[in-house]
Amino acid sequence: MIAVELLNVSKEYSGRVVLRNVTFNVHEGEFFVLVGPNGSGKTTLLRILDLLEEPTSGKIFFDGEEVDYYKDRVPLRRKIGMVFQQTVLFDMSVYDNIAYPLRIRGSLSKDEIERRVMNVLEDVELRGFDRKNALTLSGGEAQRVALAQALVTEPRLLLLDEPTANLDPKNVSIVEGVLSRLNKERKTTIIMTTHNMFQAERLAQRIALLNEGEIRAIGTFREVFGYQSQLTW
Amino acid sequence: MVEDLFLKEIINITILSLRVSGTAVIIGAVIGIPVGTYLGFRQFKLKRTIMRLVDVMLKSLVNTFMGLPPVVVGLVVYLLLTASGPLGWLGLLYTPAAMVITQLIMVVPIIIGVTMSAVASVESSIRERAISLGATENQAAWLVLRESRVGVLTSIIVAFGAAISEVGGIMISGGNIRWLTRTLTTAIVVETELGNYSMALTLGAILLSIAFAINLALTVLQLKGPRR
Ligand SMILES: Nc1ncnc2c1ncn2[C@@H]1O[C@H](COP(=O)(O)OP(=O)(O)OP(=O)(O)O)[C@@H](O)[C@H]1O
Ligand SMILES: [Mg+2]
Repeated sequence: MIAVELLNVSKEYSGRVVLRNVTFNVHEGEFFVLVGPNGSGKTTLLRILDLLEEPTSGKIFFDGEEVDYYKDRVPLRRKIGMVFQQTVLFDMSVYDNIAYPLRIRGSLSKDEIERRVMNVLEDVELRGFDRKNALTLSGGEAQRVALAQALVTEPRLLLLDEPTANLDPKNVSIVEGVLSRLNKERKTTIIMTTHNMFQAERLAQRIALLNEGEIRAIGTFREVFGYQSQLTW
Repeated sequence: MVEDLFLKEIINITILSLRVSGTAVIIGAVIGIPVGTYLGFRQFKLKRTIMRLVDVMLKSLVNTFMGLPPVVVGLVVYLLLTASGPLGWLGLLYTPAAMVITQLIMVVPIIIGVTMSAVASVESSIRERAISLGATENQAAWLVLRESRVGVLTSIIVAFGAAISEVGGIMISGGNIRWLTRTLTTAIVVETELGNYSMALTLGAILLSIAFAINLALTVLQLKGPRR
């Protein structure tokens, strides 16, 4: 089953091409990693997949259905979770930050929300942080709260933009553990960007190499890097 | 007896000052906060060039009016309300209402401007994060407003501070009539001219205390405000 399909997706910002004819599929339950140098278009691609940005041309399909930009994108977006490269938390407690995506959906009871929030807090090892104001957290703690916000709704598709960039080695392995489990146990489809090649090798089923807005290679880590491991950026 | 009258007048003046500036700020907030919020949202975006132009014009206008000299506002209000003026039939010249109008004109741009920049400073990041987490446009807008609450409150305090210490505008439109339209600032002007320094100094001390209280509130607010 193909979860996400991109067909000739291009994006321009005032005439400057940032993504050019990007075409690839991500399978359901796949752990897909995007790598590429700064400015190669990784964030732009994830933002397009989160429906925050409309491609200049090309098509996107979720579960075989083409995204219609004239229709309300909220229902579709509610099945997707995203962690931004730049963490944005709200001026409220950690608990309220994580409960926010559940509350706006308005479909869960207070008790169920509490159960879920406490569970994810446990997952990202931030037990006891629930009453702290989110804006007083350290960079690494904030990044894990942002991950918790994306996980709490149990999305089918998870988009992660360098989710471990600010983390120390211990927390990197905590987050990697959470993502692996999610991917294996709940079959969550994950598309992640990273600059950490070891992480890409550890987690990815397939990797796409993006450069100057174009997909240069796609496949398993060995297929992509097996013959050019001297890649530098 | 004399002491008693002295005290009575001071109380009268202080209450009138607080009432006039307070009323102007309350009305100003009712107008200014929604307008400021609206302008703070970049909803016009690049969609329509005309709307963008209107947007830019409105914002420059607000910025210009934020620095409006009170004396000029007073003059304009005077000309409008004077017996032969277009609104002369209302009979509002030299009443507290005329002073409220004068201060309202001063205060609205301040509230709009400060609210606008507070909303704009969090708008794009907060709105986008909320949308990404599944919020509708309305839910996201609420969150943006909530996140800019410190700025919105600041706009009200700053506006009140400007209003309560303003002299020129209410002097012209209110006429500085004893027991009727004499406020802390205008009273200080007359009492100083008349050589009643004890009265002037007492009023000055009251005004200073109010200004201090306002700045205290602002400081507390900023200390409690979010780290961004
Ligand atoms: N809103 C925008 N307006 C104009 N240019 C943009 C915009 N967003 C991104 N770009 C440009 O598009 C290019 C790709 O940016 P993007 O953020 O997708 O890169 P990236 O691969 O995520 O880089 P990094 O590794 O540094 O995060 C950059 O050159 C950037 O300047
Ligand atoms: Mg990026």
